[in-house]
Amino acid sequence: MSVDVSKVATTNGSEPATPTKGAQRAGTIATWADERLGLGTAMKKNIRKVFPDHWSFMLGEIALWSFVVLLLTGVFLTLWFDPSMTEVQYDGSYDPLRGVHMSSAMASTLEISFDVRGGLLMRQMHHWAAMIFIAAMMIHLLRVYFTGAFRKPRELNWVIGCLLLLLGTIEGFTGYSLPDDLLSGTGVRAADGFMKASPVIGTYMSFFLFGGEFPGDTIIPRFYAMHILLIPGLLLALIAAHMLLLVYHKHTQWPGPGRTEQNVVGYPMLPVYAAKAGGFFFIVFGMIALMGGLFSMNPVWKYGPYDPSKVTAGSQPDWYMGWPDGLLRIIPAWETHIWGVTLSWNVMIPILVMPPLMLMVLIALPFLESWITGDKREHHLLQRPRNAPTRTAIMVALMTFYGLSWAAGGNDIIAIKMHLSINQITYFLRAAVFIGPVIAFIITRRWCISLQRHDAEKLLHGYESGVLVRSPEGGYAEKHLPLPLEKAYTLTARDHDPEPEKVEQIEASGLEGRKLRVRRLRARLQALFFADNVQKPTVEELHEAQHHAEHELHELESQIAAGPNRHGPADH
Amino acid sequence: MRLLNRSAGRLSRHRRGPLAGLMLLVCGLLLTGGLYAALAPAQADTDQSQEELIKEGRELFLVGCAFCHGQNGEGVLTQSGTQYGPALTDVGAAAVDFQVGTGRMPMAQPGVQAPRKEVVYSEEESDALEAFVGSLGTGPAVPDEELYSTDDLSESEYKELVTRGSQIFLANCTACHNFEGSGGAMPRGGYAPKIRGVDPKYVYEAMLTGPQSMDTFSDGNIPPEDKKAVIAYLETLDDSPSYGGFTLGGLGPVSEGITAWLVGIGALVGFAVWIAAHTTRSSEKKDEAEA
Repeated sequence: MSVDVSKVATTNGSEPATPTKGAQRAGTIATWADERLGLGTAMKKNIRKVFPDHWSFMLGEIALWSFVVLLLTGVFLTLWFDPSMTEVQYDGSYDPLRGVHMSSAMASTLEISFDVRGGLLMRQMHHWAAMIFIAAMMIHLLRVYFTGAFRKPRELNWVIGCLLLLLGTIEGFTGYSLPDDLLSGTGVRAADGFMKASPVIGTYMSFFLFGGEFPGDTIIPRFYAMHILLIPGLLLALIAAHMLLLVYHKHTQWPGPGRTEQNVVGYPMLPVYAAKAGGFFFIVFGMIALMGGLFSMNPVWKYGPYDPSKVTAGSQPDWYMGWPDGLLRIIPAWETHIWGVTLSWNVMIPILVMPPLMLMVLIALPFLESWITGDKREHHLLQRPRNAPTRTAIMVALMTFYGLSWAAGGNDIIAIKMHLSINQITYFLRAAVFIGPVIAFIITRRWCISLQRHDAEKLLHGYESGVLVRSPEGGYAEKHLPLPLEKAYTLTARDHDPEPEKVEQIEASGLEGRKLRVRRLRARLQALFFADNVQKPTVEELHEAQHHAEHELHELESQIAAGPNRHGPADH
Repeated sequence: MRLLNRSAGRLSRHRRGPLAGLMLLVCGLLLTGGLYAALAPAQADTDQSQEELIKEGRELFLVGCAFCHGQNGEGVLTQSGTQYGPALTDVGAAAVDFQVGTGRMPMAQPGVQAPRKEVVYSEEESDALEAFVGSLGTGPAVPDEELYSTDDLSESEYKELVTRGSQIFLANCTACHNFEGSGGAMPRGGYAPKIRGVDPKYVYEAMLTGPQSMDTFSDGNIPPEDKKAVIAYLETLDDSPSYGGFTLGGLGPVSEGITAWLVGIGALVGFAVWIAAHTTRSSEKKDEAEA
């Protein structure tokens, strides 16, 4: 076995290595830069920064890289897009619309699609990247929540993440509105109606935003300024803050042998993570390019220019606005007429109340949980979703609510594709958005507890080996074997849930009034939060189980040795 | 006039005798009478065949349609007063041609929607039914081909028609049939069907007669030329390439969202798993192991 040493610096061990010419030149440049920028000191620490390895830690990266794609394709689009509502007669390459009057915005969108080389690909990539950006933020959020990565000291990063989700959604909506095609115009008209549904200030808000009566001729330039300047700036700033905090906090990791709250076990930034993350950027870019090239996205030429007298079936917002749209579709027509004013509850509740409420719930989740559990310690080791059954169940309930509302947003498409009645879908979902989350909560919680019990069983009685043993009496039993030490360690590397405070104790402590009520409520919630959780076995229990397993193993071996059937496990 | 007088003068110059004029008159009368005798029975024959057609149509109607539409096409009401089968007294032959020609009628079972299915009646039977229903009252006749055919238009005329058709289509049709005619939902399980790749005659007749939940777009509302424009636009949609790639059913943002999640996020999470599963490799270690 010979090793190729032609590319290795030569040394005899006592003299310094003689670097190659190329390496020498690189060294000169590096020294030049270091002497002027102080890169060496800055990089020394960060270049070797360690990140843990797990696929679920890369979900946020999908969002980051799709945001980069958004910036790149977005800049391309700004070169040709004309954010103006000036009426022009279309004179481009798309025949069926030639001669039709439309806004400059729409005409330039058609120009990008049909007359700019690569324009349609860029437009579609930009839109697909936007869809993936927000979807990736969401799955990243779910990962962070389900693993308990939001706990101290990362609560503020959680809040930043929620704000990013909100800003991404607004950014998406303004982008959706810019082409001024039939679909975007319908969306803007809907947004105008939502604003006008807010009591007292609604009309003022609408007139303020549109610079007069809808549609006016200022909304697209205004959305454009928001879309390419204000919101991307905020997004960039918040993403920077998000990442700086990530570096400052260090990445969380799964528990396992050698992994503690004080260290991070993984690979360094250079060369491993730079390659992995850099490679992932190209994969995300490639995937988005593939989708932009293969799948038609927002075919504005078929929608035609916006005209308030026109509308199309299947007028939906992009997916991330689908759930409030769904609630809007299923809410009964509740309105109150009072002093000549109409209060449209059917618009206010799903659009003006629910989305901000959901966002606030989302932001509050880490704080609520730490208040209920009383856990103010720092956490850098993640929890498996099963080991926080109530937390997991809360998110699954929220997801169920979201999913059902989301489905309601596509009720017409569901109706025609699954041959159902749109009315029946609506009636079903009206009940399901309330009942579904409750059922999901209960099932998830019990499921988690079952999994916890399973873990405890594995620790105490070993895993199912698949070896069936026949006893002298003729009965059959499956042999359980003890878990490998590493697995057993990983399963037990979690805290015991704290003992909930006793309500009687609090009452006896002499607290009064509001303080007493708050403490009592907290104690009750705490009891509910940890109720029925299966705790990991104690050291004594584990030792006893170990002895028992060893004893059983001996028994088995002697049975095999003595018995007529010698086809037992070969290892023993 | 001078020419006439001159020829008349020439004719009179060659006149053989005073009786010739009378003879000519008699010949003319005989010819007229003979021609009448020859042609009049033929006229009577077509009348009779039209009657026969209606009769034949009525017989077919009594067997296949009358159960819901009534024996004289007067319609049947349910006990609660709703329509079991609507009256056909003024729907015209065009409606029958559409409903029967696309297989929607006769319905397989009562329901919200008469779906397009296999055609049951032959062309002759359909003609007979059209004749019978057409004879029940007023209502549009089956349109001539020149009303809906776009074949004999010049290219520039066609393009102009398509442009106009796109705007008429977006203003009148897309609200139910969707922006590219993929169809949409209607209340209680009904639906506006997909209207792509449909025979232009049926598109024209549908606009003219307003089948099921559809509005009737009479000629006063959308003139025949504009109906043809809509047909031309639909044809263009069928003929044009899909510029952006797979249309994902042409259903708008819902199918796009599903694709973003299933294809986009699905594949990218798959790649994340793949990247995380492939950790660092060192050739040195391998060499050592081998050595």
